[in-house]
Amino acid sequence: MLPSLAFLAVFFAVPMFQAFGLALQAPDGTGYSLDAVRQMLSDGAFTRALGTTLLLMVAIVPVQFVIALGMAMVVNARLKGADLWLYVFALPLGISELASGIVWFSIFTEQGWLNSVLQQLGLTHQSIVFLDYQRPWLVLATIVVAEAWRATAIIMVILVSGLQGIPRDFVEAADVFGASVWQRLRHVVLPLLKPSIRVALILRTILALQVFATVVALAGGTTTVLANEAYRWYYRLRDARVAAAYASLVLLLSLVSTVGYLVTIRGDEEQLG
Amino acid sequence: MTATTVTAERERRRRAVRPGARRRRLGRALLYVAAVLLSLWVLAPLYLITVTAFTPRDHAFDFPKPVIPTHVSGGTVDFFARSSGVLGALGTSVVVAVITLGISTALGAPAGYALARHAFRGRSAYRLAILSTRAFPIVILAIPLAVTFITWGIFDTLLGVALMHTALALPFTVLVTSSIFVTVPKELEEAARTLGCTAVGAFTRIVLPMALPGLAAAAIFTWELSWNEVFAATILTLDHPTLPALVVNTLQGASLPFRFAAAWFMLAPALAGIFLIRRYLLGLWSRVGH
Repeated sequence: MLPSLAFLAVFFAVPMFQAFGLALQAPDGTGYSLDAVRQMLSDGAFTRALGTTLLLMVAIVPVQFVIALGMAMVVNARLKGADLWLYVFALPLGISELASGIVWFSIFTEQGWLNSVLQQLGLTHQSIVFLDYQRPWLVLATIVVAEAWRATAIIMVILVSGLQGIPRDFVEAADVFGASVWQRLRHVVLPLLKPSIRVALILRTILALQVFATVVALAGGTTTVLANEAYRWYYRLRDARVAAAYASLVLLLSLVSTVGYLVTIRGDEEQLG
Repeated sequence: MTATTVTAERERRRRAVRPGARRRRLGRALLYVAAVLLSLWVLAPLYLITVTAFTPRDHAFDFPKPVIPTHVSGGTVDFFARSSGVLGALGTSVVVAVITLGISTALGAPAGYALARHAFRGRSAYRLAILSTRAFPIVILAIPLAVTFITWGIFDTLLGVALMHTALALPFTVLVTSSIFVTVPKELEEAARTLGCTAVGAFTRIVLPMALPGLAAAAIFTWELSWNEVFAATILTLDHPTLPALVVNTLQGASLPFRFAAAWFMLAPALAGIFLIRRYLLGLWSRVGH
């Protein structure tokens, strides 16, 4: 018990404060200044990185939610081979961000699978450049697809365990009273699923804030997000203070989003566990 | 009235009595369609990357690519494995993941056991502290930790990366082991004690064997957490990268066959692990809410 707390204090709590301390450190290492923060804000890539990160967050979360809910309902319907469907849907739990980025790169690249299939079906005659750096929207869409493919499994598993906690009588009662599938979902299932939904939303948003390798693999440095900027400043430019300023920004954003979810989706607090 | 019209009439009446039956059957059919489509969404990219990784290098740039492969060879994967630095990085990845598993089990499992068995002061505060770590993107802490590790002299070492990964895995280990130990009835442990077992004996002879499959599943997952982690490993290493760190750093200059083989190489063991622990997946997550 105590060792685990001590470990988390040293490797979680302390670095968290250090991130802010480092970001506010004066260039000569003594005293505090907003120098690194100013440097971050005036950097050309900053606005793009922040904008892309927020956009990704807003785009990925609902897409994943719909897919995950669909998967959870399929698993919960106890079709033939219910376990098999669950295993298949859960497979991406083992897929790393980097691998997933490369997998989708093989699909979206100019001579990739998507263009191969489209041309073999006779739908197009020329390869479409999906990862066109002149069209950042398209690149962003491919990142959303890759992230939805990889990280939906976590949400699905949380929702399935949430669904299994809902007594079947509730749903059947609604059915007896003539509620349609949509009405049952909207008025019975979703409200009871609220605690699971909240946990899933919090975790998913935090995952979206730290997207990194998918962007490297698909956008190749032309589109950037906050985590990539932190990496660039630390690894390529060797400036830990500006990198820490980015890290602090990511931490602050995650704090704001978590508090936001806790306030807007109210429910039993213990359910977080 | 012919036999067929009689059957048809009967069928019509049967449906008239149960108006919901037809709708329900339609609903089930739709669910099967959804299940197949969603499975394709998950499996098709995995199939395609496998085909790509096992296409020989001299056919790598064929276009359009045949969905059913015409040339299959392990040459590309072999070429990746022999590329400079890959074997070393592979070793680093495996060792880092094993150290991570070791430390997080040593620190996390006793805490999980205490959480499951004993009501102590500050129990819920402890639980909350553990849970709250999950509301932060822990890997981003690699940046301040890198600065600390340089002063400690463990920057760019296996131990440094493993410590970071342990911070990532430890909350998971505590919560999962606690939920596993809860499922072992306390009465059995108490019965063993009354029959003369020591506390340690009761644990190793009763609790551990019953909890073992779940613990093994959790261990595989912890191992994968470390195996898959990219960002922190990239920040915390320089000359001794893990496999994902090596791949992400060389990605832009790498040939396409190298990239695809790398992806497959990272995927294969992780997917095999998930397949091994498939029966425990729901149990692992249900009380953790990862």
